[in-house]
Amino acid sequence: MSTDVTAKTPAPAPSGKGGGTADGGLWGLVLEGMRRNMRQYGMLIALGLIVALFAVWTDGDLLLPRNVSNLVLQNSYILILAIGMMLVIIAGHIDLSVGSLTAFVGALAAVFMVKNDMPWPVAVLLCLAIGALAGSVQGFLIAYGGIPSFIVTLAGMLVFRGLTEIFLEGQTLGPFPKGEQKIGIGFLPEVGPETNYHNLTLLLGLVLIAAVLLQEIRDRRRQLSFSLDVLPRNLFLLKLVAVTAAILTVTLLLASYKGTPIVLLILGVLVVGYSYVMRNSIFGRHIYAIGGNLPAAKLSGVKDKKVTFYVFLNMGMLAALAGLVVAARLNAASPKAGLNFELEAIASAFIGGASMSGGVGTVLGAIIGGLVLGVLNNGMNLLSVGTDWQQVIKGLALLAAVGFDVWNKRKVGS
Amino acid sequence: MAGPVLDMRSIVKTFPGVKALSDVNLTVRQGEVHAVCGENGAGKSTLMKVLSGVHPHGTYEGEILFEGEVCRFKDIRASEQRGIVIIHQELALVPYLSLAENIFLGNEHATRGFINWNETLRHATEVLRRVGLDDHPETRVADIGVGKQQLVEIAKALSKKVKLLILDEPTAALNDEDSGKLLDLILELKKQGITSIIISHKLNEIRRVADSVTILRDGRTIETLDVKAPETTEDRIISGMVGRDLENRFPERTPHQPEEGTAPALEIRNWTVHHPIDQHRKVVDDVSLHVRRGEIVGIAGLMGAGRTELAMSVFGRSYGRYAGGTVVKDGEEIRTRSVAEAIRHGIAYVTEDRKHYGLNLIDTINRNISLSALGKVARAGVVDEHEERKVAESFRTSMNIKAPTVFEPVNKLSGGNQQKVVLSKWIFTGPDVLILDEPTRGIDVGAKYEIYTVIDRLAAEGKAVVFISSELPELLGMCDRVYTMAAGRLTGEFSRSEASQESLMRQMTKDKEVTR
Repeated sequence: MSTDVTAKTPAPAPSGKGGGTADGGLWGLVLEGMRRNMRQYGMLIALGLIVALFAVWTDGDLLLPRNVSNLVLQNSYILILAIGMMLVIIAGHIDLSVGSLTAFVGALAAVFMVKNDMPWPVAVLLCLAIGALAGSVQGFLIAYGGIPSFIVTLAGMLVFRGLTEIFLEGQTLGPFPKGEQKIGIGFLPEVGPETNYHNLTLLLGLVLIAAVLLQEIRDRRRQLSFSLDVLPRNLFLLKLVAVTAAILTVTLLLASYKGTPIVLLILGVLVVGYSYVMRNSIFGRHIYAIGGNLPAAKLSGVKDKKVTFYVFLNMGMLAALAGLVVAARLNAASPKAGLNFELEAIASAFIGGASMSGGVGTVLGAIIGGLVLGVLNNGMNLLSVGTDWQQVIKGLALLAAVGFDVWNKRKVGS
Repeated sequence: MAGPVLDMRSIVKTFPGVKALSDVNLTVRQGEVHAVCGENGAGKSTLMKVLSGVHPHGTYEGEILFEGEVCRFKDIRASEQRGIVIIHQELALVPYLSLAENIFLGNEHATRGFINWNETLRHATEVLRRVGLDDHPETRVADIGVGKQQLVEIAKALSKKVKLLILDEPTAALNDEDSGKLLDLILELKKQGITSIIISHKLNEIRRVADSVTILRDGRTIETLDVKAPETTEDRIISGMVGRDLENRFPERTPHQPEEGTAPALEIRNWTVHHPIDQHRKVVDDVSLHVRRGEIVGIAGLMGAGRTELAMSVFGRSYGRYAGGTVVKDGEEIRTRSVAEAIRHGIAYVTEDRKHYGLNLIDTINRNISLSALGKVARAGVVDEHEERKVAESFRTSMNIKAPTVFEPVNKLSGGNQQKVVLSKWIFTGPDVLILDEPTRGIDVGAKYEIYTVIDRLAAEGKAVVFISSELPELLGMCDRVYTMAAGRLTGEFSRSEASQESLMRQMTKDKEVTR
């Protein structure tokens, strides 16, 4: 009966284990810490390696301020989709319609603003509402109609693609009014004295660093008060330094070009907001519960249908947002917009730690997964790798990420 | 008397943490129908899995002699090659393939990988006729009833040149007519020289078809009786199945004194539920029962008695098709049409299958405990994690959940501790009535005692407890009153003083005709 707990207590800081050198000890701690959250740390390290590799291969071009700025703009819509997709996949479903829905909303935006001269704020809100409506129709069929999400959204993929072409009459429509364009390609305005950097971006960067540090320290304090295992002190400091350095680097790179893209700000709000919802709200808990064990969730009184419905409604709304960003970026609505976006979003979620069977994953993971793909894309473009080989390599990256996870789980032992 | 065709000697089979079989002996004579019976969990199915190679040689101790030779089956195929075929409780047919395709699945009549349809259909018709089916062999399995499907399984066995046929509770899912046909067929096959082992706990069935019966209890062979001998009465078999001593395995309880005048905490009236697919089958048939505050009321019954189905149906219609009945709580009729509604009315159901229906195994202890009552630790839809942790901590202490922290994923806990998490989760919803379905299944003796203590405490706090269990000693040790169910009906009600293992088992094995 003393063997009641089969799990070993996670090894507490093996400080001075074997009396190794301070350096070796610290490295041991880093490894130990990473093993606990292998998939996400693994992907974070993979992301770092990919960035480093391409920085070397492109003779530093990858990290030129202009390119970093571009990288954000290029990948923002996939990242927006990846957030929604992560929720869908955690709930145990899939959404194949988001690429088409992105194009469809872009087309509507063009019809509203370009053809009918609707004021852009109204049109944007209307587009978001229509996206939510499209998502809720699919969500209704899946949750209450009992039709598998794969089928409903496969149908949606065809329907919305077709509707896009119908609305655009096969043409490309543009250009968009200035306000709408800003969503996709705009930057925060410059304020304050003339420096070599974008002042507002520097300020935002510093605020972000302060907020992250504060949050980390508060978390650690709280975990200590719960007498939980925390990172050992020196490792924790190392983490803080690393995080600060990463944010500072990106801030400086952006600030030395045109500053903070507006879409990055939107993305930041989404990441923080959705992370909070998934972690702290009842709704978020219920998403994990129905994905982790649907029968148990039902017997616990979770309204599984309602939750599923809202997850898809939300996905539709985010797809609409992505559609607006894409349209703004291209400054036109095209029938071929958003092609294969659903696959990139799904791949991002899986690279970032989602599981086919649902119940697992984080919003931040989806972002990391999306960035892995994004940097691969961008880096290979800089190296003039053809799209043919780009696809091969991205496919292999997805396979490697999930394969590694499967292998790692098996090794740890079921 | 013919010699033995099968001799299993000193079989021992252990699963992690549980000894399922300890020293089982089974001798089956050539050409007989041999029944194996025992309570749920006595080790019947495990024994048959050892015999048929589902548990391969090397994972158990002991010796199997078939037709005088020592057998070391490494899988089911190996045992089938020797002519031993097992038909499981859950039918293993592919619904959308034809009868013929199912019969020869994995054993196809083919040349160079291509199926010889003429031969397949001819042979299928032949074996189908032997089991008394005249359906066309190209009929889909999904289009015939469960009774016929059972016969198709036997036809499949016959096609494999079966010498020893093992049937694991073959009539559990059948109606009376189909059961009768199946039993006739077993007797017919016996005439053709096929030996059968039939696992069953329906005593009238055993008396009808079996020549001898071996009784298992707690993973041991108790005895083998000659069914045709006059001294082998049903009572004799029952005493073999239950004969167990009650030591100090339960906390001291002062029996509940029913207060006259007050309405019961929960009353179920005329509850009827139909099978989710087969609408003509009543899984729960006109059941009425009640439980008072502070009272522990047991429901005894064997596999297929309808206890879990009754509980889940009352708890938010979570099983089958509701076909009538009312729930009255504290004298007022309430509706429990969804789980949320049932919880709101203060009912909690702790499932018998914690892994599938009770826990999100990949999530942590604290999140599992709070799931059914997240509203209690949240404000405006936002979970207060500090509060949630405090709640989980208090349960970890009061329920003695052995885990380093409440942030441990529950799949790392032992069965007993997982059960404590499920119980905590439901206690946290603040129920007036707790329906506990096999709360001590698959957990070790120490943890069982802890669970009993918790149940006792809940009753002492004035909660009404419905205790569903297959272990009679547990019901006798814990309950103030015990109902018995068989085949979806309530067959008896016993006060603590009236109840004994024998009296309960008699009502649990009662069949419909007898009840009437």
